[in-house]
Amino acid sequence: MTKVTMVVNGKTVSAETEGRTLLSAYLREGLGLTGTHVGCDTSQCGACVVHVDGKPVKSCSVFAQDVAGSQVRTIEGMANADGSLGVVQQAFQDHHGLQCGFCTPGMVMSSAALLAENPKPTESEVRHYLEGNICRCTGYHNIVKAVLAASGQDVASVPAE
Amino acid sequence: MYDFEFVKPSTIAEATKALTAEGAQALSGGQTLVPTMKQRLAAPGVLVCLTGIAETKGVCKGDGGLHVGAATPHAVVAREAASHYPALAALAGGIGDPAVRNRGTLGGSIANNDPAACYPSAVLGSGATVVTNKRKIAADDYFQGMFTTALEEGEFITEVAFPIPEKAAYVKFNQPASRFALTAVFVAKYADGVRVAVTGASNDGVFRWSEAEEALSKDFSAAALAGLSVDHSDFISDLHGTPAYRGNLVKVLTARAVAAA
Amino acid sequence: MPKDHGIGASVKRREDIRFLTGQGRYTADINLHKQGYAYFARSEMAHATINKIDTTAASAMPGVLAIMTGADFAAMGGNPAGWYINSRDGATMKEPKRPVLAHGKVRHVGDAYAIVVAETLEQAKDAAAAIDADFTELPAIVDMAKAVANPAHRVHDEIDNNVCFDWGWIEDNRAAVDAAFAAAPHVTTLELVNNRLVPNAMEPRASIGDYDAGTGDYKLYTTSQNPHLSRLLIAAFVMGIPENKLTVIAPDVGGGFGSKIYHYGEEAAVLAASKALRRPVKWVAERSESFLSDAHGRDHVTTIQLALDKDGTFLALRTETMANVGAYLSNFATVTPTFLHGTLMAGPYKTPLVYVNVKAVFTNTAPVDAYRGAGRPEATYSIERVIDKAADELGLDKVEIRRKNFITTDMFPYTTPVGLVYDTGNYQATLEKMIELGDLAGFEKRAAASKAKGKLRGLGLSTWIEACGIAPSHLVGVLGARVGLFDAATVRVNATGSISVMTGAHSHGQGHETVFAQIVAERLGIAESAVEIVHGDTSKIPFGMGSYGSRSLAVAGSAMVKAVDKIIAKGKKIAAHMLEAAEGDIEFADGKFSVAGTDKAKTFGEIAFSAYVPHNYPLETLEPGLEETSFYDPANFTYPAGAYACEVEVDPATGQVEVASFTCADDFGNVMNPMIVEGQVHGGVGQGIGQALLENTIYDENGQLLSASYMDYAMPRAEDVPFYTVDHSCVTECTHNPLGVKGCGEAGAIGSPPAVVNAVIDALQRGGYKHVTHIDMPVSPSRVWAAINA
Repeated sequence: MTKVTMVVNGKTVSAETEGRTLLSAYLREGLGLTGTHVGCDTSQCGACVVHVDGKPVKSCSVFAQDVAGSQVRTIEGMANADGSLGVVQQAFQDHHGLQCGFCTPGMVMSSAALLAENPKPTESEVRHYLEGNICRCTGYHNIVKAVLAASGQDVASVPAE
Repeated sequence: MYDFEFVKPSTIAEATKALTAEGAQALSGGQTLVPTMKQRLAAPGVLVCLTGIAETKGVCKGDGGLHVGAATPHAVVAREAASHYPALAALAGGIGDPAVRNRGTLGGSIANNDPAACYPSAVLGSGATVVTNKRKIAADDYFQGMFTTALEEGEFITEVAFPIPEKAAYVKFNQPASRFALTAVFVAKYADGVRVAVTGASNDGVFRWSEAEEALSKDFSAAALAGLSVDHSDFISDLHGTPAYRGNLVKVLTARAVAAA
Repeated sequence: MPKDHGIGASVKRREDIRFLTGQGRYTADINLHKQGYAYFARSEMAHATINKIDTTAASAMPGVLAIMTGADFAAMGGNPAGWYINSRDGATMKEPKRPVLAHGKVRHVGDAYAIVVAETLEQAKDAAAAIDADFTELPAIVDMAKAVANPAHRVHDEIDNNVCFDWGWIEDNRAAVDAAFAAAPHVTTLELVNNRLVPNAMEPRASIGDYDAGTGDYKLYTTSQNPHLSRLLIAAFVMGIPENKLTVIAPDVGGGFGSKIYHYGEEAAVLAASKALRRPVKWVAERSESFLSDAHGRDHVTTIQLALDKDGTFLALRTETMANVGAYLSNFATVTPTFLHGTLMAGPYKTPLVYVNVKAVFTNTAPVDAYRGAGRPEATYSIERVIDKAADELGLDKVEIRRKNFITTDMFPYTTPVGLVYDTGNYQATLEKMIELGDLAGFEKRAAASKAKGKLRGLGLSTWIEACGIAPSHLVGVLGARVGLFDAATVRVNATGSISVMTGAHSHGQGHETVFAQIVAERLGIAESAVEIVHGDTSKIPFGMGSYGSRSLAVAGSAMVKAVDKIIAKGKKIAAHMLEAAEGDIEFADGKFSVAGTDKAKTFGEIAFSAYVPHNYPLETLEPGLEETSFYDPANFTYPAGAYACEVEVDPATGQVEVASFTCADDFGNVMNPMIVEGQVHGGVGQGIGQALLENTIYDENGQLLSASYMDYAMPRAEDVPFYTVDHSCVTECTHNPLGVKGCGEAGAIGSPPAVVNAVIDALQRGGYKHVTHIDMPVSPSRVWAAINA
């Protein structure tokens, strides 16, 4: 076992790992941060997306030892300091961008990464960026709408509301 | 997944040494290898992570054209190659999804040589030079069939040098599930001729469509392809397309790439 | 101003806070002290005799706690089918035992034959690989036509032609239907496949068994849409333990779409292993296991025929369907292709004569069961496709042919020739609304713009109806149901006036915690924040049937309203005493009990307090406390209906289809929370587009699943769908439930696939490819290209 230390949501943490310990397992089992979900085993569903050094990655396809020393941000670190929902989280609630909630952590992390790279994305840019996040509940309508709203764009003309 | 020892060397020399260990296996971005290991289809004793070597990362212009470090993630290539070699940057920016592009690397992609991967078509279509810890290999010699390359035991890619074409384009038709190429074509026009590389179509992996190269070298226009058809007798047949369908895509996408270049 | 709270308001969901902050508690997130980790050894062959399973060496592997095989469960009961269907000749259906773990034979790839429990998951996997199992491979039965034709090859040795039942609906109508066809001026015939789908809830199944040796109590945490139904099946049918000794908890559940209705063997296995080990046992499916072992959906092969007059009037309709049930009967496998499919074959049309024949066929594939829509999408797809083909053959307008045949508003209640009584509806209204919202008048202009880009544009319609909130119990009992189909709610008013509502429905994405609170709060005139919705734990909630089949609001919601009515009735008695008035003079409105015509009143809170601190209370005639339970058994199904339009652009060079727009005009009766209803429609349409264009489940001739991961099973992504236009302003209130509501959860998945396929065929027809009259789903680029070039 090898002790791996990293900074997760602003706190320096460590946990024992094997070589094969994935970042997703390190977070869920090592640290008890179960907000990061695992929905597939082929790096495709995106429920496990977290930020490593500011960039979105699929934590189910990264070894914990590979990212030792990194800055990691998970869904548990997305709220404001006072505990209120962050901008992206709030937009997801306001626009009903989630139903069962299982893909939601990865969706929020990917969406936040998009807005960091591209603060005013178009609808098609949002859809393209979320290519690696699968949602089975929403048909994506309200997710895309939420991300556009989180970017400060007017979504009043989006159909159905 | 079977357990292994994880090592992350920081120089090419250290990595070369680490790969001599019994059961050692090179790991790059892990976007293909990790899922394979989850299925217990690979059981390395030592996993040698190649993404910690500074000298194998980055994009820069040099003698052989555009030099891309093997451990450079797709997202970095998409950004940093954009002004030098837009078609290459666009290809890198269309691999997988954003999270995959932050981990997956050029070296990992062409070392694996998946028959539906994007990068092999750019390397072959550019007539690039694959540089390893041991030697330099011309693209035409490097790709040797599906999941097969010229790499030898203990050899790993350090960079790829892409000659920069006058114009080029990559047009990919997505396999709807994996988002790999159902078929994709890389077309590059150089002073001494045109190269056309096709991925996703053949059971032999990436290949050059020589008839199209010949026709386009004479007349770089979609119309020049009109009478041609590609031999699809050894093309891939799977849930997503027949050989004939892929043969059609090769022609359609080549014409679109020429138009877009 | 739209309402901001109560019934009809788009109240934001309270459950979102925990889901958006990583605080949801799904089964895989739960870890119990000293839990062992389970892994299931699964068959790699589609069909084989088990000669030997020797676990000696595997049991000696590091960390292994226990290994149990099919033999250890042989004495337990089978997991039953919930409906008993009789064949046309009166014979009872064939129901082979579905054991906890395969015993004697394995019958599909992924069929579990051993559970291995170890200190770690990797140790359990190592040991599973070390089990010495010897099989004799048998021919795999995959294709339904071959399964029926070849009696020598049997999925179950005792079933000689692999047919579970051969059902006719309604058999007495068959001769009249055939006679109408013989005399009809025009007959349109269509052969089609309703493609097999994997439900793919994003949360894979998971179960934790926790046996308490001190009390003999079992507890199961599991990914279930209906914990009470699971408890009943496990306790009474499979394990033979009293229900009071088993608690089933379905905590946060990450989507179901039908696949988590059913009891699966893994649940009984972890409970039994926990009892054997005296330790909790946890199992979490990997996605690859989900593909192999979750109940799949659809998988019908159908020939449908429509008899018409030359003017397009429908005269008769008949279908012959083979429905794949897989290797074992899952819980709803027999009702899905029959009473949820055949009874819908009238659609919203006044076709006078309809006959449906369904053969259910066993194959060496994963069990097939209800998936979002369950039978009704299959019915709708068949009807709406054959109508379009008929219109093309007769040169009729596709709006007009539908309008001409609609059941009209003056015909309700309308008894269909396939046994349902539609209580209410207005199909013309939703059609007109769809025409307006979808700007059908502007289609030609858009088609010209597409053409200028080298694309073929097509318009596809679907006017659909479904039956949901399945009921009533005495009727379904006659039809073969082995359960009742009521639901239940307990409304507990706490002493200080806050309220806990225990519901038999289960929320796994539907937002019950929010919308049920809206209803109860409005009815009682109190704040929504004072109402807590409790669900998912059999030790807390009354016996209800859970959530599936778009039933939660119509059935469990009605139970809740009835229980609230009882609370108000009792409150009036208390108020009458306190206000020294006659009970008949007490009125309840806006959270106040008042004496009619006076300003004398007591608030709801005062009444609640008095019920628990009964100092001034009619104890001699009234029990203290304020808690009521209601069981509600609906008088009929509800019949939501709607009209959908899809526009696609087809690239003829590659066969690529892009959905350019999708418009839905639905009648769901009264809408409690528009935001949630719209979200349900979006999700259903997204799944329907997935079925129509992307998703397919393919077994090869050896029974190996080829589309066994997201590398080959194409899930719809954000880029594959457009923004949808949805509307629910056309309302005909359900006539028989207290809220006047109909179900909305499955609508999108039912109505959308034919609209998409009709649009593709329309595009190709308009593009001059007149020879293309049908393409089976998924209408993938390669299929479109092949059809064009056929």
